[in-house]
Amino acid sequence: MKPRTLFEKLWSSHVVQELEGGAALLAIDRIFLHERTGSVALKSLKDAGRTVADPARVFCTMDHIVDTHPGRGDDTRMKGGTAFILETRAAALEAGIRLFDVRDPLQGIVHVISPELGIVLPGATVVCPDSHTCTQGAMGAFAWGIGSTEAEHALATGTLRVNRPKTMRVRFEGKLPRGVTAKDLTLALIARYGSAGGNGYAVEYAGSAVRELDIEARLTLCNMATEFSAMTGFIAPDERTFEYLHGRAYAPQGADWDRALAAWRELSSDADAVFDRDIEIDVGTLAPMITWGTSPQHAVAIDAAVPDQASSGANPEAYARALQYMDVAAGVPLQSLAIGAAFIGSCTNSRISDLRRAAAVLRGRKVAAGVRAICVPGSMSVKRQAEAEGLDRVFTAAGFEWRESGCSMCFFAGGESFGARERVVSSTNRNFESRQGPETRTHIASPETVAASAIAGHLADVRALEVA
Amino acid sequence: MERFGVLSAVAAPIVRANVDTDIIIPSREMKSVSKTGLADGLFAGWRYTAIGGREPNPDFVLNQAAYAGSRIILGGENFGCGSSREHAVWALHEYGFRAVIAPSFSPIFFGNCVRNGLAPVRLSLDAVQAIAAWVAVDPAGRPVTIDLPAQRVRAGGSEYAFDIDPESRDMLIEGLDAIDLTLKQRAAISAFHERDRHARPWIYLSKDARVPS
Repeated sequence: MKPRTLFEKLWSSHVVQELEGGAALLAIDRIFLHERTGSVALKSLKDAGRTVADPARVFCTMDHIVDTHPGRGDDTRMKGGTAFILETRAAALEAGIRLFDVRDPLQGIVHVISPELGIVLPGATVVCPDSHTCTQGAMGAFAWGIGSTEAEHALATGTLRVNRPKTMRVRFEGKLPRGVTAKDLTLALIARYGSAGGNGYAVEYAGSAVRELDIEARLTLCNMATEFSAMTGFIAPDERTFEYLHGRAYAPQGADWDRALAAWRELSSDADAVFDRDIEIDVGTLAPMITWGTSPQHAVAIDAAVPDQASSGANPEAYARALQYMDVAAGVPLQSLAIGAAFIGSCTNSRISDLRRAAAVLRGRKVAAGVRAICVPGSMSVKRQAEAEGLDRVFTAAGFEWRESGCSMCFFAGGESFGARERVVSSTNRNFESRQGPETRTHIASPETVAASAIAGHLADVRALEVA
Repeated sequence: MERFGVLSAVAAPIVRANVDTDIIIPSREMKSVSKTGLADGLFAGWRYTAIGGREPNPDFVLNQAAYAGSRIILGGENFGCGSSREHAVWALHEYGFRAVIAPSFSPIFFGNCVRNGLAPVRLSLDAVQAIAAWVAVDPAGRPVTIDLPAQRVRAGGSEYAFDIDPESRDMLIEGLDAIDLTLKQRAAISAFHERDRHARPWIYLSKDARVPS
């Protein structure tokens, strides 16, 4: 038999019917919704007189615009946001789907709670009207972001009409240097191949460095496949994946677990499988990364300077615009840039291992005067775990705010924001213009780089600090 | 959904790389659980002089009289990247746009266009720039034509061929509702589940298996 890539296996096992030109009607195993874009899908479905095909396989969370201040309720900082929460709650109840509501102890960011609860599984198709659904590919799933109309289609039919992407493999080979994380791998990839570099592809992350990543780091790596413009990113499941999933609330149990395990062990690319594109990155030479501009591809090593146009990878107009927006100039060392705020959170970097690494940097240290620092755990489960380990006290003693879980200030929805033209270092995924607030200047990096920068008061290299 | 055949219209140039959906419709402009009421928020950050304000910024292309009535956007690479929010496409559509011509699109944005009758047309950056330069001389008097059935864009004397997958092309041309179309395959879907339930029973959750709060 012709050797097959993992993607081909994931694809072919879900084909209900072939469509024209290589497209197919694919069975969808898990649908996740949230109050920002899922609510409108449920509403539209109902207005059309349709129902959810299989409610037991549909989940919904309140993460995007929920308040993250302690003691929160249905009120949001965003004007009019409460309507999204109330309408989502009513629609979820009516549709008979499991909702992780505002006060649910299992509430959290969709891409944090789905793996945490064993909702996403190896070999499963998972969709959500959220671009970062690719995060969940880290579990060996075929997971991708869709629009609300597509979500409605998936809800009504349990399927989607999907154009088949090309296959790309990105092999990260070697041993990660100290201070270099999954976040730095994904930024390095996007910086090197551009924010449209993955366009048209489903990307399998592989190689010795990926095999060594723990599950949470793999989720971080896959999270930014959408910033690479790929349809999705995923990683072949292995013993670490299975160990992570075993005993999770929605993971298979008993005899089902054994059968599932046997099937999941087949989920890898065959040795001689051919990819439409194959890339190798030597991780041994990488450093912690930081963005200098307004696209994730505008990223360089933390000990570098803002590049000149020729080496920036941006065209002259985009380059000039990014420099102006960010108020930086060619040749300026990134570490000389003073910050006004630091943010740790988001579906990229808000899991317990992220908080542990950031706390290790912060322990016994203080956030620099004048820097507003915020930590928002990715789920209430992460928050409880962190508190059980005393990490909350490390964050607050250092001067960080400690919040309830949610997407929070990863993006500005009309509620809380950072200041106009304020420079923010953030563990999030998008440094777009005005993403975190009107005219806010965002530099994205790993949680430990955010922590080190918060202490220094300027962008900083975590490798220069002694970490307990 | 309305059918897309041949469109001749004023084309507005926003030929920048990575025009993201936060730019097309800022989150703060998504004010209710609705697909409508979004046109005012289209490109709000660039279109108005102040955040949350409505005073037109005269420098922005859509505020210039010459581009009034534009129905086509000439965009740059990776157009529509970022958030999956379909509100970006709903806002474009409500404003009057029916097509975007760009070198590449974010895959989610591309799909959202097709589901809403907006044609996403891929042409090289050189072609997009050449069209924009030709249009700029007299935008109202130099409409751009998109002939979807023929997969051609015409601008003045120049003609550009483009590729689009047959599924998306047919959905646009026929104005089909994808859900209706798929629901005709109920038998195939049931047959799949019948087989799959035996092969992968763990995928099929029972409502009783639900984890309580």
